[in-house]
Amino acid sequence: MTFAFAALVAGALLGIPKLIAPRRLTPVKAEPFECGMDPIAVAEGRFAIKFSTVAIFFILIDIELMFVWPWAVLYRELGWFGFAEMLVFLGILMLGFLYIWRKGGLEWE
Amino acid sequence: MTHAAFLVIAALAVASALGLVLRRNAIHGALFLVVNLGSVAALYLTLGAEFLAAVQVIVYAGAIMVLFVFAIMVLIPGKEETGLDPRRGWRLLALPVGALLALQLLLVVRAGVGPVAPAAAVPGGVEAVARLLFTRYLLPFELTSVLLLAAMVGVLLLARRRV
Amino acid sequence: MTPLAMPPVAIGPLAPVLIVLGAAGLVLLLDLLPRPVGRELIATVALAGLVGALLATLARWGKPGRAFQDMLVLDDFALFANVVICYAAALVVMLSIDYLGRNGPETGEYYALVLFSTGGMMLLAAAGDLIVLFLALELMSLSLYVLAGLFKRELAASEASMKYFILGAFATSFLLYGIALIYGATGTTNLDRIAAAAAGRAHDPLLVIGLGLLLVGFGFKISSVPFHMWAPDVYQGAPTSVTALIATGSKAAALAALIRVLVTALRGSQPDWAVLLWVVAAITMTVGNVVAIAQSNLKRLLAYSSIAHVGYMLIGVVAGGSAGPGAVLFYLLTYAFTTAGAFGVLTLCERAQAEAVEVGDYAGLARRHPVLAAALGLFLLSLVGIPPLAGFVGKFYLFAAAVRAGYLWLAVIGVVNSALAAYYYLRVVVFMYMREPEGAGARLVPSFAGGLALAIALIGIVLLGVIPAPFADLAQAAVAPLLR
Repeated sequence: MTFAFAALVAGALLGIPKLIAPRRLTPVKAEPFECGMDPIAVAEGRFAIKFSTVAIFFILIDIELMFVWPWAVLYRELGWFGFAEMLVFLGILMLGFLYIWRKGGLEWE
Repeated sequence: MTHAAFLVIAALAVASALGLVLRRNAIHGALFLVVNLGSVAALYLTLGAEFLAAVQVIVYAGAIMVLFVFAIMVLIPGKEETGLDPRRGWRLLALPVGALLALQLLLVVRAGVGPVAPAAAVPGGVEAVARLLFTRYLLPFELTSVLLLAAMVGVLLLARRRV
Repeated sequence: MTPLAMPPVAIGPLAPVLIVLGAAGLVLLLDLLPRPVGRELIATVALAGLVGALLATLARWGKPGRAFQDMLVLDDFALFANVVICYAAALVVMLSIDYLGRNGPETGEYYALVLFSTGGMMLLAAAGDLIVLFLALELMSLSLYVLAGLFKRELAASEASMKYFILGAFATSFLLYGIALIYGATGTTNLDRIAAAAAGRAHDPLLVIGLGLLLVGFGFKISSVPFHMWAPDVYQGAPTSVTALIATGSKAAALAALIRVLVTALRGSQPDWAVLLWVVAAITMTVGNVVAIAQSNLKRLLAYSSIAHVGYMLIGVVAGGSAGPGAVLFYLLTYAFTTAGAFGVLTLCERAQAEAVEVGDYAGLARRHPVLAAALGLFLLSLVGIPPLAGFVGKFYLFAAAVRAGYLWLAVIGVVNSALAAYYYLRVVVFMYMREPEGAGARLVPSFAGGLALAIALIGIVLLGVIPAPFADLAQAAVAPLLR
């Protein structure tokens, strides 16, 4: 009983301010504290944007792969017709690949 | 057996989705998203949609998450997001929008009452997909490659640094 | 499993699109040659592709064709829309030769993407299946997102591209969700089969929600209120030649697809979408015109004006029957001529004096460049809807269709709005003719291609205004295959 009462009082003391106390967060309060100095910059460096370019090309080729797989499963049944279909599909994509390559999209520096 | 599998996978999916929303660290959120995408892929598998499950893992959990992580690393280098969200008030919008989605889900479920077809009867295997993709859906298939080509050219145009 | 039956491959109905996409591939290859080829050559190849597609389209007139198991429906409706699209894209290419000369180095990519997006637009107008519709829409939009950010060193261009991309992707996901729900309700993505499956159960909740989501997606693409917020920023930030393509071609394609989906697949829900679009049309016209009055930037002004014009065109969609969509098709033709022309004059003026896009920059244009001022004046008067120019006839058919279908109030709102619109169009004309120019201003000499493009547009609006009947009849006839 005593224990429950104590828990109730403690809970109320913690809980009521949480509900009714004004909390005005300002940007200054939310800043990390650096010995009273304004933080100059974030500690970690930034990633180069070229990683994302490569990642986008990866997605595009990845999606292409998802079409080749079912084609390979049904390769024999589809015969020459399917071969021609895939040739057109890959031909169009290879044009894009050639374009990226020749335009220097794959060069790192 | 399938029922138990569903419960476990669904719990995993919901938990990881909650983790994604509640974590303040963007990278942790991204990792939760990977788990979420993976568990949804497992749900597809239990429904017999092998191809969809594989696409989910390879394209979403694989390629697109890589891009997500890169984007996070480029944009938010800090450990935790610091500072106040200037648009806190907008979060309240989540309630009506969520309610709307729940209502819609209810309608959809009610419209589709009745026993769900057994998983094996749904042809979702790779071969079934291939049969349709390379005959009936020939035009969309070839069109996809044109779309990918346009995307390649566009990426190159926007991302190339010099010029 | 049953043995695989190889589908018949009929290239014929695909020919116009193939020509455009082939030209795009050729442009990319030309761009890769070890010795750089001239910009003019690349532009010429692009133009040749578009003219070829235009001719291929005209050659198929009256010979409707379906291909790939009804995935592609190249009926007269699609052909008419394709003519508008090819024509608008050709004008844009001709104007780009001048415009890019000053501004952009990335010629190959630019023309290739213009052609890709044109191919997407043509497919969009001819899509007989929701999957093809989605892919075509993506092909068109993806290319336009990139083109909007072509001048990536300019902040406004990056903003335009970013905004267009994020909001556009969001809208497309709505559309895709709508497609998924409609598929769930009917079990097919083919437009004709959706109509058959949906017959008699127009109030299936899945179908209604799917229709609503579809309208959200399309509403964004045609920039109708409340999904218009992107238009002014994108129109302003994008290169002006690209703005012309967004305002004419993409709008024509999306409206054509919207009409096809509503009139064929969702004809059973006609009472639902007619009421919804009634409201959207009224708000779109009014918001577009009222906000346009406050604009001082000419590109933004034309953006809001294009929003208002979408409102007018939605009147025709609401009116329905054969008269309504027919009037919309005809209006698209006049609108493409007029808007491409107006943006064309803007590209030339921008080229001469760094960024002449404020209305004030056009003060005294009549004194310095009487011909250009007269051209812009005529385009603006056509947008107002002053007879005998094309804009007047287009509006006349729309309002007449609405009145005949019993939507008197909608027509009245349209007429009031047209009167309201006269204010801001004429203000530009007043600036050009009655104000003194500030400073000397550079000489403007459009190249042959640019001048030709403007001349074609001018002849177009006068011709359509003076003898509209044959073209309007063609538009009416083109709608017939949808209504069967």
